[in-house]
Amino acid sequence: MADSNETRRWQYLDQIRRNPGPFNQDSDVSEEALQALGQHKVLVIGAGGLGCEILKNLALSGFKNIDVIDMDTIDISNLNRQFLFRKDDVGKYKAEVAAAFVEKRVKGIKITPHNCRIQDFDEDFYKQFQLVVCGLDSIEARRWINATLVNMVDMDDSDSLKPLIDGGTEGFKGQTRVIIPTLTPCIECQLDLYTPRAAVPLCTLATIPRQPEHCIEWAHIIAWDQEKPFPDLDKDDPEHITWLYQKASARAQEFGITGVTYSLTQGVVKNIIPAIASTNAIIAASCCNEALKIATTIAPSLGLEESYMMYSGDDSIYTSTFKYDRKPDCPVCGGAAKPLAVDPGITLRELLDSFAVKPDMQLKKPSIRANNKTLYMQFPPSIEAQTRPNLDKTLKTDLGLDTGHEIAVTDPAFPTITFNFILSFTST
Amino acid sequence: MFDNGGYFCCESGQVGYNLRNTNGFKVSGVHIFHRLKRNANPSHATPSILYHVHVVAIGRANEYFLDGIISDISNILTGNEQYNPWGHSGLVYLVLSHLPPGGATRRRNSMAEIVVNQTPPVLQGPTEKEKKYDRQLRLWAASGQAALESANILLINSGAGTVGIETLKNLVLPGIGKFVIADDAIVNEADLGVNFFLDHSCLGRSRSECCTKLLLELNPEERLDLQHVLDSSGPFTLIMHTNPIRQEDLATVEAHASQRQTPVVCIHSAGFYSYFRFNLHGTFPIVDTHPEVEKTTDLRLLQPWPELSAFAKEMVERIDALEDHEHGHLPYVVILLHFLEQWRQLHDGKNPTTLKEKKEFSKLVLSGARTNNPEGGEENFQEAVDAINKNIKVPELAPELEEVFNHQTSSEVELRSSFWAVAKAINLFHQKHGCLPLPGSLPDMKAQSNVYVKLQSIYKEKARRDAREVLESARQIDGGEHVDPAEVDLFCKNARFVKLINAKPRDSDLGQIFDTEKANDEAAEAMKIETGGAFSLPSSNFFVYLALKATAHNPTATSGEIMNTITQLIPHAAEYERMQQIAEEVARARGGELHNISAFTGGMVAQEVIKIITKQYIPIDDTCIFDGISSRCQVLRL
Repeated sequence: MADSNETRRWQYLDQIRRNPGPFNQDSDVSEEALQALGQHKVLVIGAGGLGCEILKNLALSGFKNIDVIDMDTIDISNLNRQFLFRKDDVGKYKAEVAAAFVEKRVKGIKITPHNCRIQDFDEDFYKQFQLVVCGLDSIEARRWINATLVNMVDMDDSDSLKPLIDGGTEGFKGQTRVIIPTLTPCIECQLDLYTPRAAVPLCTLATIPRQPEHCIEWAHIIAWDQEKPFPDLDKDDPEHITWLYQKASARAQEFGITGVTYSLTQGVVKNIIPAIASTNAIIAASCCNEALKIATTIAPSLGLEESYMMYSGDDSIYTSTFKYDRKPDCPVCGGAAKPLAVDPGITLRELLDSFAVKPDMQLKKPSIRANNKTLYMQFPPSIEAQTRPNLDKTLKTDLGLDTGHEIAVTDPAFPTITFNFILSFTST
Repeated sequence: MFDNGGYFCCESGQVGYNLRNTNGFKVSGVHIFHRLKRNANPSHATPSILYHVHVVAIGRANEYFLDGIISDISNILTGNEQYNPWGHSGLVYLVLSHLPPGGATRRRNSMAEIVVNQTPPVLQGPTEKEKKYDRQLRLWAASGQAALESANILLINSGAGTVGIETLKNLVLPGIGKFVIADDAIVNEADLGVNFFLDHSCLGRSRSECCTKLLLELNPEERLDLQHVLDSSGPFTLIMHTNPIRQEDLATVEAHASQRQTPVVCIHSAGFYSYFRFNLHGTFPIVDTHPEVEKTTDLRLLQPWPELSAFAKEMVERIDALEDHEHGHLPYVVILLHFLEQWRQLHDGKNPTTLKEKKEFSKLVLSGARTNNPEGGEENFQEAVDAINKNIKVPELAPELEEVFNHQTSSEVELRSSFWAVAKAINLFHQKHGCLPLPGSLPDMKAQSNVYVKLQSIYKEKARRDAREVLESARQIDGGEHVDPAEVDLFCKNARFVKLINAKPRDSDLGQIFDTEKANDEAAEAMKIETGGAFSLPSSNFFVYLALKATAHNPTATSGEIMNTITQLIPHAAEYERMQQIAEEVARARGGELHNISAFTGGMVAQEVIKIITKQYIPIDDTCIFDGISSRCQVLRL
């Protein structure tokens, strides 16, 4: 009887899976192909706003073997959208609570939680999955998993190709991307879609604040360091935020600026992105719809042609689904060196600082080599000390660099990525 | 400066509150926003209501407002809520005037008493609720949240039954007040494979009851209400019904909704396709459309008012004698006003308007920058040049606003609405002054703090004056007698971005839409071939709508039956191959839902319902069709 219950339970999904439609006429509907979905191993990265939805959707799409990674614990501000968590769960690991909830609700499914960072695992771990679905709020983590999956591709082994489906939301907007490593544009190819936020000049914060945000940044960056009210700033500690809020308020008052509130202080300091249940529902469902289509061929999926779906819901509803081109000079999936136009008179430090704000790099701790000679290394400390004097030298006169030289830049946050450039001086 | 909270309590019609401040009462030009929250007050001996007051911002004093507001507060607190100027918004604007610095003040009127005491500052972090809803309050603020919390939503559920439940989930999480599910289905195995808000123990039980129970776990503050009858559980803020639906049920819902002017949304999800369609009964105006901040700048450089001109003039009177630091920190507004003056003297009093003139004007502005410095120029002059194209132009009335101005208010609802009274007042303002009320915000620009703050206050002061004029005129117009000053402020601030939904008559000729959408498809195909696939336009989703709608009362219709229904309306539909294919794809699902498609659709419907309930952002007008194969949405007015 159990089998017939199981059959009745999945009747809507199976109706579609057993009957090819006009848009997928040659898909495989053999019993073998139908059974394969249950063995498909899926990795979900993130058990937050998108992650909760993704786990529910995968479970109700016939996937039975899922792992989920998230290092975070549950906060009260998660409860307006992360629907697998209850008030009593505050403080517990997200991955653990989410996995247990879905396992309990949907019979016959296995979800293995990992309460840790993605960087804690190596290729051997990632090899076991056929598909990765990401619901992350960090660009750095996206870049890391993307580089890892691209690097794992072995052209002679089709199992080494793990499609990556990435979702992201902000307020009423969101996006879904399908990446087939080395075959379609990867996350690094599209990095310039996330422009780093322009920083307010320090002198504005220090001497001529005009906006409430300037007062808050002043309290955050300058006053905190000067007064050190607590050993380390914990952005989740209300006492710390209150201290910053009071500092910012006093400064605002001094300059006649209005609008500093507790909520704004928290928003600026933590760089809070508004998040709601409905947008997460849309994007997570879109990701899982693509995951199911890829795993079963029940309909054409995003990927080889159009690979990017953008959703915007603040002014009516607008979606744009388009093809993004691969970049031959992508440091992850391309490898060709890009030209790097710089002023020969700047110092090495200025060059390295510019890598933090360059939209296609966004590196916080770059190390640099030129013509196979190390100019500056962040680690280990002994090499850092040896190369530090180079930071204040100018590129051309002091370091002897010239147009046509090859430059390689790395960052410890992305151990597998090397940015290759051909230097090109802009003026004399 | 008030920047933290106090308490506000009331017994037998008296109003009293404490405001705690950090630096005595500095109330020159003060306008304080208070958020009221009803709390049970265990510490009071007699039953009373304690209101938590949170002071958010500071503005301008005005005697007139104070009297009105005190009586409004009294009305609400004494249960006489017939006239509640704040509606469901939960926002109170309290304006204090002429309070002696550092002192306490006491003020009486016939209905209420306000006591302001100076007490030491107390830390006022966010409440539990503010913490829980923080990420959404940043999108729709306390006013939007209050509207959601007072909403009562009916879902008439049917068929595979998932899309409506997914929608409700996305409404329960952000905290809608109340919901009712009407559904006569009994839970079976197939429900467990598609609906997350059911489990094994639900088999054989009422689907509405089980879903309600599991949805309520999400937000225990929600109230349980299992009434299935429209009349006994209403009035509803909004009614959602899913397809398939029995013809007679649909007629009942539509009659009920049109009699009470309740918005209705019909939702249909099957296989890889879905659509949802709103029926809003009459025009639906939105003031709080949340335009992108960059678009909202309105500096009035070509129509400066005397205070602004005087301020600019004074700053540049001896521009060449200014010290480098001051010269390099002249705000670009002042720089542009100064050079516009010069330009007009050289050009018969005319402003630069053509592209060529603006280029020359840029050169003129840049020639004023000092270059004897290491940067070889000045940042503020560069900001001025960058601002020319956007800000030196005669403002035109946005078509959306013109539509509002030209609208003939007809229905009783419209005649009673304060929106239309304020719209008329703004139209009068525009006719009188040749411009809209000033929004009053000033973008950040390089300037010294005190100069920037002064300039900011010149803009704000003008905006306040304009809003006051609009308020006074609106109160003379039918429907505007009791208009809330806050509503006028918001309208004045957003006038350029006000939007009417559901204003035009519906185009009921499906045959004509069919021809247009088919022609679009053909053009898209031609373009794809012509450019070798480099450029492509999306295909129309209209045919998905036709095919799904053909199964609204018969979910398991075959593709032949679907085409039959369609060709009865549009005889030549059968000739279009894509129409045939889509009919086959719909028939493939046999009325079954795919969880992902229903979850996607439930997210979109919830988002639209939130926009309608909060009257914020811009909802669709009026049908959204989703194709989960190509992963595309299309909005059409049908």
